[in-house]
Amino acid sequence: MSFTIIGTGSKVPALVKTNEQLADLVETSDEWITTRTGIKQRHICTTESLADILYDAAASALDDAGTRADELDLIVCATIRGDYISPSLACVVQERLRASCPAFDINAACTGFIYALDVAEGYFARKKARKVLVLAAEAMSKTADWNDRATCVLFGDGAGAAVLAEGDDLLSIKLTAVGNTGALFIPHVGGNCPFVAVQSARPYLSMQGQDVYKFAVSSMCRDIQDVIKEAGIAKTDIAYVLPHQANIRIIDAAQKRLKIPQYKYISNIEKYGNTSAASIPLLLDEANRDGRFKCGDILVMSAFGGGFTTGACVIRWNR
Amino acid sequence: MTTFDKVVKILVDYNDCDASEITMGTKFADLGLDSLDTVELVMNFEEEFGITIEMNEGLQTVGDVVKLIDSTQG
Repeated sequence: MSFTIIGTGSKVPALVKTNEQLADLVETSDEWITTRTGIKQRHICTTESLADILYDAAASALDDAGTRADELDLIVCATIRGDYISPSLACVVQERLRASCPAFDINAACTGFIYALDVAEGYFARKKARKVLVLAAEAMSKTADWNDRATCVLFGDGAGAAVLAEGDDLLSIKLTAVGNTGALFIPHVGGNCPFVAVQSARPYLSMQGQDVYKFAVSSMCRDIQDVIKEAGIAKTDIAYVLPHQANIRIIDAAQKRLKIPQYKYISNIEKYGNTSAASIPLLLDEANRDGRFKCGDILVMSAFGGGFTTGACVIRWNR
Repeated sequence: MTTFDKVVKILVDYNDCDASEITMGTKFADLGLDSLDTVELVMNFEEEFGITIEMNEGLQTVGDVVKLIDSTQG
């Protein structure tokens, strides 16, 4: 017993900043950003809290699923930084949805949505849930160092949601972790305890781009091959690949090595930048809403992120 | 084929550059390759030579890569 996806939702904040507009703020250019990443613009929270946009995504998914909040047995939210350290973002949204089920956050960085699907599968397998709300949201704009032109341009803010019901449409799923702090990290806030004997680090994202790129391309190739094999399907059975939208060059490099045709890859990085765990459910919702999925379509999702974490899965779209 | 010849072939396949213009001193940046292209090429070199290469700032020229590869081949 695994699950089936019965609804999707997503939301991004209102403010859009194009590459040209960021070039007014930091020393960068549309050409540099586009050739290195494929990003043309990103959405940024101004007055919206992360819970605001996530609530909208969740409500939209519940509506799509024809499910009431009080029917939910579990809310799992993938995020590295909610509006509060506590309560969890899942609890904040649970309160607003007026759901009454257990709710918790998980942190698997950009791989969070796939980790959350795996968590949900466990609840279905143990028969502890019939309806699960899986959320993923990130305001990366708040973790980026806006004085670092190499990184602040890569990210955007967004939220995605999926309602899961009992079913058999998760054909395979794989998670990995390879601990590596140095390549990609965001230190926590320091606090003001007078006994702390070390200096607080600045709470901004730091990344070794080449190391992350290399890790991402090789993991994506390996994970997709593994989950396809485990699901017992051929590459030709795949309808769509939904890769984490970190950098179009990572996706292209993996695509060339995997030899899955380019037209099967769904992408929206040009509009949203890297929205961390929200990137895959944002893709999923947009594709659902534009009507491209057919009942029976085989979807492959693949992600990688800080940790390092990676994950991939094969899901049958059954609506 | 020498290591240098294999590296040049991989470069030409990747970038469509002119093989006759490449020397040990040629910088990847001068071939119009950015930092992510360098990683891609390193991955291609790894696959060709069956080795693992750590990304580091010492890989600036064709010669740097050839020397590194030769040092791993016993």
